[in-house]
Amino acid sequence: MSHTATSMHGGNISVIGAAETTEIGSLPHMSMLDLHADAALNALADAGLTIADIDGVATAGPMALEVSHHLGINPRWVDGTMVGGGSFMLLVRHAAAAIAAGAATTVLITHGESGRSRIGMNAWERSPESFVGQFELPYGAEFPYTTFTVPALRFLHERGMSPDDLATVVLAQREWSAKNPRALKRDIITRDEVMNAPMVAYPFTKEMCCVVTDGGGALILTSAERAADLPVGDRAVYLLGSGEATEAPLVSQMTETGSFHAFRRSSAEAFSTAGLDHADIDHLMIYDAFAHLPLYGLEDLGFVARGESAAFIAEGHTIPGGRLPMNTNGGGLAYTHTGMYGMFAIQEAIRQLRGEAAAQVPDVRTSFVQGVGFYFASGASLIFSNQRP
Amino acid sequence: MTFNLPKATPETAHFWNEVKKGRLTLPYCLDTGQYFFYPRSFSPFTGSRNVEWRQTSGKATLHSYVINHRPLPGRDVISPVIALVKLAEGPVLMSNIVDIEPDPAQLNLDMPLNVKFVQIEGVTVPVFAPEGA
Repeated sequence: MSHTATSMHGGNISVIGAAETTEIGSLPHMSMLDLHADAALNALADAGLTIADIDGVATAGPMALEVSHHLGINPRWVDGTMVGGGSFMLLVRHAAAAIAAGAATTVLITHGESGRSRIGMNAWERSPESFVGQFELPYGAEFPYTTFTVPALRFLHERGMSPDDLATVVLAQREWSAKNPRALKRDIITRDEVMNAPMVAYPFTKEMCCVVTDGGGALILTSAERAADLPVGDRAVYLLGSGEATEAPLVSQMTETGSFHAFRRSSAEAFSTAGLDHADIDHLMIYDAFAHLPLYGLEDLGFVARGESAAFIAEGHTIPGGRLPMNTNGGGLAYTHTGMYGMFAIQEAIRQLRGEAAAQVPDVRTSFVQGVGFYFASGASLIFSNQRP
Repeated sequence: MTFNLPKATPETAHFWNEVKKGRLTLPYCLDTGQYFFYPRSFSPFTGSRNVEWRQTSGKATLHSYVINHRPLPGRDVISPVIALVKLAEGPVLMSNIVDIEPDPAQLNLDMPLNVKFVQIEGVTVPVFAPEGA
């Protein structure tokens, strides 16, 4: 095949297949790898392609070669970049770079995780000799809810906010999940119910923490040129810009506790590579394992000024009918969260841009997707559009 | 019941040996005049090996925290208050706050703290207590 290197951005690369596992929730009859496979087969059907069309495979969790072999694919390009639950945002941009460079033609990106049932999962153990093992685990900063959450009070304190503002995030996202039959939590609840829910790790009540589920998702990327020749070409979604950044693997070593600089750096690169500004964004997904992340995200991505995130949500700008619809599947807090939620944020962006979302936002042309990973260790940003520039 | 016990590596051994003696000693970058954490044999600010160990004052402020209400069954904890403390010398450390009720009304951000050393299963670790406690 002939190939001329092109830009990975600017709409040259497209998503032509996107699907989640047939079911999400509690799936004790499926192993982790079968969740990858179920999502992959659904995405292939969505794209009208077969296994034989895939020459690149990327995943995070299991090795890409495990997923490739499981599916019967012998790829000429693989990527297993693992930076936590937001890895899939990086894999999209790595796949775009590979396609643009001619290293792969059609890339499959998979996620599957038996986060609730723990079937066929690889062990996740951290050595007592690791720096996390020496300097964080002895203090009980061991689980997501006692580690990822620790910076939140600093964020709130520096802005004169309170735990009540975490509840605001939960309430806004329930406005979306209430419209989504696949969401795990669909009940509209009150502020008192959020604040008085069982305490998990103060200031986080149970409602401010993500759900824990089984599920998966898969994406298929190829060049916009090739997409145009496919029967599903009119449903293609284009990558306009992207960015990735990493910070500290220890939460205590964040550059700034009350602001996530990896969010700032990855989003700035995404905007600059897309040649877009915040006002150009119609739809926003911010990875929300816990309720403080959309607050960090809105501010660090620059959609609002410092200290304005909670008021922006409270004023209704991110709920149905608002000017910046955010986490429109209900998010990790209400829709689903397998452990590495990033894939689901991307899937919702694709659905919105195709006009196929459960809670469809009218006239979406652009979507910004922000990932986070290994607590506050990595960030990656994607800007998609349903129109090729 | 069991703790997650830390295990020293060559670059952190001096830190843990000092902790055992009741001293909080951190690496210091001689080029930039800054302490850094966690320990390594070079400066993460400059990449220079021009570093030395310096004992800190043990003074800190409460930078952020959570109060864990969901301890893992069978896991021992020093305190349910899992905190970031900001040392007077600059670095931020994960630690526990002891000698205080796990009560948000008493745990005020920026309150002054002092280092304290506790033994867990024979291993000494630094924790922090309110000044004067």
